Amino acid sequence: MTEESPDIETPKADVAAEPATPEPPAEAIAASAPQVEPAGEPPLLRIEGVGKSFGNFRAVDRLSLDIRAGEFFALLGPSGCGKTTLLRMLAGFETPDEGRILLGGNDIAQVPPHLRPVNMMFQNYALFPHLSVRDNIAFGLKRAGMARAEIATRVAEMVSLVRLEGMEKRKPDQLSGGQKQRVALARSLARRPQVLLLDEPLAALDKKLRESTQHELMELQRRLGMTFIIVTHDQEEAMTVANRIGVMNAGRLEQVATPRDLYEAPHSRWIAEFIGDVNLFEGDAGWRQGNRLTVAIKDGDTITVGEPRQPVTKTAVCVAIRPEKVKLSRRGPVSDAANTHAINRLEGVVSDVGYLGGLTVYKVKLDSGIVVRSSMANTARLNMDGYLVGQRVVAWFTPDDCMVLEQ
Amino acid sequence: MGRRVNQMSRFNITALALGLAFLYLPIVILILYSFNASRLVTVWGGWSLRWYHEFFNDRAMLDAAWMSLRVAAVSATVATLLGTLAAIGLARGERFKGRSLFSSMLYAPLVMPEVISGLSLLLLFVALNAERGFWTVTIAHTTLTMCFVTVVVQSRLASLDRSLEEAAMDLGCDPVKAFLSVTLPLIVPAIVAGWMLAFTLSLDDVVIASFTTGPGSATLPIRIYSEVRLGVKPEINAICTMVIALIAVVIVIASFASKLSSSQGKSAAPL
Repeated sequence: MTEESPDIETPKADVAAEPATPEPPAEAIAASAPQVEPAGEPPLLRIEGVGKSFGNFRAVDRLSLDIRAGEFFALLGPSGCGKTTLLRMLAGFETPDEGRILLGGNDIAQVPPHLRPVNMMFQNYALFPHLSVRDNIAFGLKRAGMARAEIATRVAEMVSLVRLEGMEKRKPDQLSGGQKQRVALARSLARRPQVLLLDEPLAALDKKLRESTQHELMELQRRLGMTFIIVTHDQEEAMTVANRIGVMNAGRLEQVATPRDLYEAPHSRWIAEFIGDVNLFEGDAGWRQGNRLTVAIKDGDTITVGEPRQPVTKTAVCVAIRPEKVKLSRRGPVSDAANTHAINRLEGVVSDVGYLGGLTVYKVKLDSGIVVRSSMANTARLNMDGYLVGQRVVAWFTPDDCMVLEQ
Repeated sequence: MGRRVNQMSRFNITALALGLAFLYLPIVILILYSFNASRLVTVWGGWSLRWYHEFFNDRAMLDAAWMSLRVAAVSATVATLLGTLAAIGLARGERFKGRSLFSSMLYAPLVMPEVISGLSLLLLFVALNAERGFWTVTIAHTTLTMCFVTVVVQSRLASLDRSLEEAAMDLGCDPVKAFLSVTLPLIVPAIVAGWMLAFTLSLDDVVIASFTTGPGSATLPIRIYSEVRLGVKPEINAICTMVIALIAVVIVIASFASKLSSSQGKSAAPL
């Protein structure tokens, strides 16, 4: 990356060369985010104050959420956050203790699973071992009382959709993991559900297969125009496939946003730490100048940040900055008259270098004792400009790349 | 290295041969002597099917054998029905208070001395003033063999993935239909194995049958037992050989059934 080379030191050039840095501040991203459905249309699925407890454990805590038709929505969260319980309530395997689940305007909270126009793809696929691929896919169609000829057509259509031609007569134990996954997908899509629920659908696949399958899923969802709700604990997966992500923690939704908003404009410190990697500086909000806010962080340094989305009311705040937006240089950027105070410069010593192939992650121990992480893309094969442990560097970043979060 | 493996396997073969000989030598001798032409049980007098012929002309023995087969078939069927229901209740029912007590109570007959089971059943039948005969033996054998069926079927149910039934419901089956179209086909091999087990257990039981049977309705083992007390006739060898053959066939079928069952599910039924 150009920032690493000592000969280019004008911050403007650097910012322009950094593609990941959004030119508009984070708040503007939200407004420009692509909308799946025009706002105002009633949502396909409305979850209203739904709660579920198991004994004393509150799995889902009065949660409300709207999902629009045609959306690919991801429920993301650490294990035990209630995302699977929520999905099982949508499928009908659990009954909510309170609240309503409206699908196309009808409350389905108490409707048993076999009468709901939704289907689920199970984490372990739950293929019927005594039935062939064809009979697995046809299972739900037979229950629906479809005519024989129509079932045959639909099954053939599904088989070609998931590219399993020639496998129709096989039993599940004669299939590979990826093929089983596709049979499960075909089976759950065969009934043309209004909503398809996917419970960690790719967890059992290896990394390479998972990545290609993610793209197949997205492609399929776009082509069918169906509404998909996926539950996952893998944030990269959620970011890749979903239009919108709902991050759950302890039975509540922490934030519902597009993948980009979630990463670049998290609502809370918890989200900022949960999604991706982040440097956090605790401090006190200080004076305001134009659309700039100065935060005095512990141990004396100050950081200038862009004006946050909501006005900061508390003085105790937290400045968050993603590692790839922290640049390193030997002498620091040359400041010109316009942004003398605009660039945040923190001096320190490289304490650790982690080479990850595509990226190199540096840990810089600032003079104040705080450790800052900076990750840089290795854009050149023969990179002679890497920093060494013990080297004195300047870590710098622009105010707009900082996020201010109330503690 | 290869040499060592060879030596180990030779040792293993010897051990296996010794163990099998210990188990099966008496049976082999019994089968051989059932084809003995001599009247004396312990003296070899050449090959003959004489004692088989004798058995098929022995009215009392044939009656006892027929009685045993009927008792075994009826009690195994009833035990399979009840045992499967109990297994489903224990494996699939909601977790209720005292559930583990129930399941251990169900398994108690597995370890209960047969004399005690037999005696308690006898007391029950006497108290009820039931006439002892075919039905009392059948009921007694049902209580004995039901828990074996439960063990086999329950372990199969436990190894089945619960989400299979959920998937069936998701695809439009009500709970009963989900059970019938997905769970039942997958546990049928275990049910068959359970029936076979119950059948053989009933066929060779002496203790409980002798407590619960009445005059004129002796089962084959009781009949053999009382004959042997008067001295071993070579005819007994012939009968025993046929019983062994029958049980061997049943066991082979049962183990095939359980192998089939395990190949379709995640783990095997214990057989």
